[in-house]
Amino acid sequence: MFEHLLSLLIKAIFVENMALAFFLGMCTFMALSKKIEAAVGLGIAVVVVLGITVPINNIIYNGLLREGALAWAGAPDVDLSFLGLLTYIGVIAAIVQILEMVLDKYFPALYNALGVFLPLITVNCAIMGASLFMVERDYNLAESTVYGVGAGVGWALSIIALAGIREKLKYSDVPEGLRGLGITFITVGLMSLGFMSFSGVSL
Amino acid sequence: MSKSNDTIQKTIIVALALCIVCSIFVAGSAVLLKPVQVSNRMLNMKENILRAGGMIGVHPSKKEVEEAFTAVVPRIVNLETGQFVEPSEAGYSSVDAFDQKRVSQNPNLSKVLSSSEDMAGIKRRERFAKVYLVKGDDGIEKIILPVRGYGLWSTLYGFMALKGDGNTVLGFGFYEHAETPGLGGEVDNPNWKALWPGKEIYDDSGNVAVALVKGGVQPESPTARYSVDSLAGATLTSRGVQNLLHYWMGQEGYKTFLNKLKSGEAGNV
Amino acid sequence: MSEVTIKKVLVEPILSNNPIALQILGICSALAVTTSLKLSLVMAIAVSLVTAFSSMFVAMIRSHIPSAIRIIVQMTIIASLVIVVDQVLKAYAYEISKQLSVFVGLIITNCIVMGRAEAFAMQNGPVLSFLDGIGNGAGYGLMLVAVAVIRELLGSGKLLGFEILPTIANGGWYQPNGLLLLPPSAFFIIGLIIWGVRTYDRKQAEGADYKLSAHKVKEAF
Repeated sequence: MFEHLLSLLIKAIFVENMALAFFLGMCTFMALSKKIEAAVGLGIAVVVVLGITVPINNIIYNGLLREGALAWAGAPDVDLSFLGLLTYIGVIAAIVQILEMVLDKYFPALYNALGVFLPLITVNCAIMGASLFMVERDYNLAESTVYGVGAGVGWALSIIALAGIREKLKYSDVPEGLRGLGITFITVGLMSLGFMSFSGVSL
Repeated sequence: MSKSNDTIQKTIIVALALCIVCSIFVAGSAVLLKPVQVSNRMLNMKENILRAGGMIGVHPSKKEVEEAFTAVVPRIVNLETGQFVEPSEAGYSSVDAFDQKRVSQNPNLSKVLSSSEDMAGIKRRERFAKVYLVKGDDGIEKIILPVRGYGLWSTLYGFMALKGDGNTVLGFGFYEHAETPGLGGEVDNPNWKALWPGKEIYDDSGNVAVALVKGGVQPESPTARYSVDSLAGATLTSRGVQNLLHYWMGQEGYKTFLNKLKSGEAGNV
Repeated sequence: MSEVTIKKVLVEPILSNNPIALQILGICSALAVTTSLKLSLVMAIAVSLVTAFSSMFVAMIRSHIPSAIRIIVQMTIIASLVIVVDQVLKAYAYEISKQLSVFVGLIITNCIVMGRAEAFAMQNGPVLSFLDGIGNGAGYGLMLVAVAVIRELLGSGKLLGFEILPTIANGGWYQPNGLLLLPPSAFFIIGLIIWGVRTYDRKQAEGADYKLSAHKVKEAF
């Protein structure tokens, strides 16, 4: 079991990297990767939110939404899975909001570091994507926790790496039209090419 | 925007009204479209089964699929005993209602595979499987078996169609996978699928011998009748396909059933 | 935006103010489906419709939305529309919906949809907002289709599943470039398209973060 989870973790971080293999969370990925500090803050926030929302959505999906899940309430034929999208986004928005309030009240230092990034996370496709992948691949609770954390770490890793590259890149003499966004896309493409070499790795 | 919008009453009223409108909208569309979705899914599955058995063309109409499918007899098989069973044994009222994917997730109807057993990468294997038979003038003509296993990125779901002897391949193909397009995704390539018919699964002593070989099959080699070219540039998908075939055609999979079917012990068809 | 006209809201986002090329919006869900032109077209239509209708509904009730729950109201409307689109696709285009898998659901988090609802629909009437949604959806679709054409044509020699460049494997002359079917190529193509757009329209180029200055100090000896 442990072996299986470890392999899932490695796969979520490197092989199926949210940003570089599935293009998820790109909007924030491009916009907030200019400085390493911001990238680290955002990365940590994503890991935390993913680590919480994926298992919670897993519980909701298995306990309420999936076909036959309501058997305990005397309705074995009810299939609410079409409500999935609405539920996941609601859960994500709520968790982010609660997290923000909890941090503000009890961990002001952490709130100052992460606070500005939290609202951005609600509309981050990586968060929603991880929940949808979890449903599609039918993970159980343990697997979905590991998957959530792994997907977050993978995303954080790639945004921090990109921010590092961009900090150096700003001293380069890039052709006018390619400056900024254009060269960033090409850089991400090269990073993605590098991450391709992890494909097929399994423990 | 006027200030009156921000009172608590107004906020709650707007939220409630929005919830009601949206829920009617969403639930309505889901309920109305459900029958169409279900029939589409069934049709799609039938098409996949028929395609593996080589019983329909490339773009069949709905009517052609339904007509061709009347020749197919779905049956439930107990994989451990290799015998036909009534769907009620697996807790389903009819063969049509039997959902193999659901069965494979049900802890009472499936068994967990240890990592040494699980060569196909499927985690659990159901105790009951739904197989599809086509009868001809002299006994069973075609046996179509669902198979699945992990490739590089995803689980591949497909059908293996065998001739009545339970050994010669009639057709083989996957209907669901997410392998790399152009590399592993070439499992869908008609040219590759065309390599399968006529190949044999078991060698003379009854062991699973079918294999995907790199660099092309040598026609004069003694193993040529069990061998198919592997997919170019997709070592892991090819390995996955070979593993899943070895699993499903082996003792853990359909071998017991196929043997009993041949000797007539599997029960009435 | 100084003056809002129908023509302006429809045409501007397609070329001179393309949401993907300039505002880096909505590329999340965009790229993963661009390996096939068919999927990209379906995706483009789905996004345009969701953007247009969500903007329209938001604009219709904009004067009643309390600002405290503004975002969640928009989100609920968008999510409901996406579910409907998902259900319709599942009912009438089963094969395609299977291939699009999670990416239909991800339209919810597509920044364009949310961005237009918040930035445009909250200030304008339903008709204009609807057209603005169509315009932005079309701008997004154009980019998606451009990337998909390059990737599918050069990656597998086909367009919409029909063979355009006969591949060597099928007895033709074209050796498909497999890289174009893999994720990195999408980044390269978008990067190059942005370069093209910005070279054509110099106004859109970004300034340099850091200026190289000429070496002025004389050698000491």
